[in-house]
Amino acid sequence: MGFATLALSLGLMWNVWSDGLRIGWVEGRGPGAGMWPFWLSLGMAGASVATIIRWFQRKTAESRSTEPYIAPETLFLVGVSAVSLLVLLILMNVIGTYLSLMVFMLFYVRVIGKHGWAMTSAMVVGTPVFVYLLFEVALTKYLPKGLPIFEEGFLWIDNFRWQYF
Amino acid sequence: MQEILLALSGGFLQAFEPLNLFMIFAGCLAGLFVGCMPGLGSVNGVAILLPVTFLVPPTAAIIFLAALYYGAMYGGAISSITLGIPGASTAVATVFDGRPMAQQGKADKALMAAAIASFIGGTVSIILFTLFAPPLAAFALKFGPQEEFALMVLAFATFIGLGGDDIPKTIFSILLGLVMAAIGFDIISGQPRMIFFDMVELQRGIGFLVLAIGIYGIGEMLWTLESTKGQVQMHKVKVTWERMLAYLRDMMADIHSPWVGSFLGFFVGTLPAAGATPAALMSYGLSKTFSKDPDSFGKGNVAGVAAPEAANNAASTGSMLPMITLGIPGSPTTAILLGGMIIWGLRPGPLLFTENPDFVWGLIGSMYVANAVTVLLNIAMIPIFIRVLAMPFTLLTPIIFVLCVLGVFATTDRMFDTWVMLLLGVGGYLLRKLNYPVAPAVLAIVLGPLAERSLRQSLISSQGDVTTFITRPISLTCILIALALISYPFIQRTIRKRKEKSVT
Repeated sequence: MGFATLALSLGLMWNVWSDGLRIGWVEGRGPGAGMWPFWLSLGMAGASVATIIRWFQRKTAESRSTEPYIAPETLFLVGVSAVSLLVLLILMNVIGTYLSLMVFMLFYVRVIGKHGWAMTSAMVVGTPVFVYLLFEVALTKYLPKGLPIFEEGFLWIDNFRWQYF
Repeated sequence: MQEILLALSGGFLQAFEPLNLFMIFAGCLAGLFVGCMPGLGSVNGVAILLPVTFLVPPTAAIIFLAALYYGAMYGGAISSITLGIPGASTAVATVFDGRPMAQQGKADKALMAAAIASFIGGTVSIILFTLFAPPLAAFALKFGPQEEFALMVLAFATFIGLGGDDIPKTIFSILLGLVMAAIGFDIISGQPRMIFFDMVELQRGIGFLVLAIGIYGIGEMLWTLESTKGQVQMHKVKVTWERMLAYLRDMMADIHSPWVGSFLGFFVGTLPAAGATPAALMSYGLSKTFSKDPDSFGKGNVAGVAAPEAANNAASTGSMLPMITLGIPGSPTTAILLGGMIIWGLRPGPLLFTENPDFVWGLIGSMYVANAVTVLLNIAMIPIFIRVLAMPFTLLTPIIFVLCVLGVFATTDRMFDTWVMLLLGVGGYLLRKLNYPVAPAVLAIVLGPLAERSLRQSLISSQGDVTTFITRPISLTCILIALALISYPFIQRTIRKRKEKSVT
């Protein structure tokens, strides 16, 4: 039951939070540009209220469920994945796409996946090479290279590519 | 008829151009792969790989994605049968009989039946598609903004009436998608709207691809990680050519369920909310009801594998019909294709047939070819795919995450969008845990700008008179059907209550 209340509070938080957003949207919007989002968000509020009411009436399947909203071991796996993605995005701005991809792969394959070093090194080396060929060479996208010091280091590779290919 | 055949032969010629033919093969392979990996379906494949298709011209790109859509429908059966886990939600019904067959050591027969049935379903539905699409597009040319808006209301109403999810949550999901589509500059007055915390980046709005990849890439992988816990268990399959051929002869002799499933699948597939999963389930139910031996269903009846597989393939083609002719996607996958078409600079809708005939007929021609290619690839590569299924999730997950992040970045060139993608992905995952349907939101963010424009155009042209929607016959019909669909669950509930009362 403790878990059920956790689920309840999470559900309520979600709803209240989205309700809070809506209040802001109403003010200062003329009927012109604001009409569409305003009436839509009003509908969203209505739908959320209906969900909350149905929650208290115990009509929805979730409100009757006694299973934990997120099981502890799931929380670990899912949480670690989400956080590692977050770290990947942060690192991309600092040390550049390719280095952070290597770190990400090293972490995910070796630490979470517990694969052998052969597989890990293949993924760590293979991913950036594949990404470089697909996005930079074929799609001509300039992926983020991070802080200038890392960006300059990368120019060596680009120089090499333009010189010989 | 003559014109259709002429255009179709042109389409075939296009499909056999080397690049397009290569795209068909690549798409089918990719589709088989995403289809057979549990947790990845056609939607995920199309969403994640859409940015990569900017490499090639639009026709080749849509041929690739359509082939992928197709292949995924075939591929779903592979894991349903060998793992007992549906490779995609569309293959859920295949598990019912596929799993028992595998346990009895007849996995190869089930796989063969699935492939043949998929082929039948695909072929029947493409023929129906070819016949229906041109007249429907010609009819749709008469549509004004009022009709367009009414049609979109109808599309959303199908989610409420037929989606089968919690109704307030479905409405919430639709509206959330529509509101997200409205972020950024207003298309008519040019005013900025909903710029939270004055973030300049929001002025460009949230691209549909950001939402689609967030939900179907990141969110879905998190969901799969949770549901499989990274562990799967597999059945051994022996595959030899002689046995395959013997099964093929058996199958041609005594199975009728794919034919029913094909027609059913096509028409169910054209409905935005229904799509391949309910079509497959309905087809399974139907063939069970009309079977001479209904008790054997669920215990390893071949017809129980064939029926849903035919239906889900037919539905994938069916859902392209409204996308190509009306500009209203028939499924989440086609919603993403539709968004892709806008990025490629095409205007989806009835005019596509007159303005870009090469594109449309190239696609239709390629569907015939892709269907044949997939069935061959599928049967030939069954042993390989069974190996692939043994690939641990801890290798696949990081690859998909990387493709998601870089795919979003490559489409918009902004790091900001990758942050939004991660946020939406986690949000989508949490919502899905609370049984909020996410497909309506994806459909809504694609249709949002179109819906708003058509609503405001019609209101401006009628000078604020709301009755403009009900005085025009076509839009009135659409709105009436939409109302009927919305009230359907309520009527159903009252009837059930009355019955309960009369019983007690």
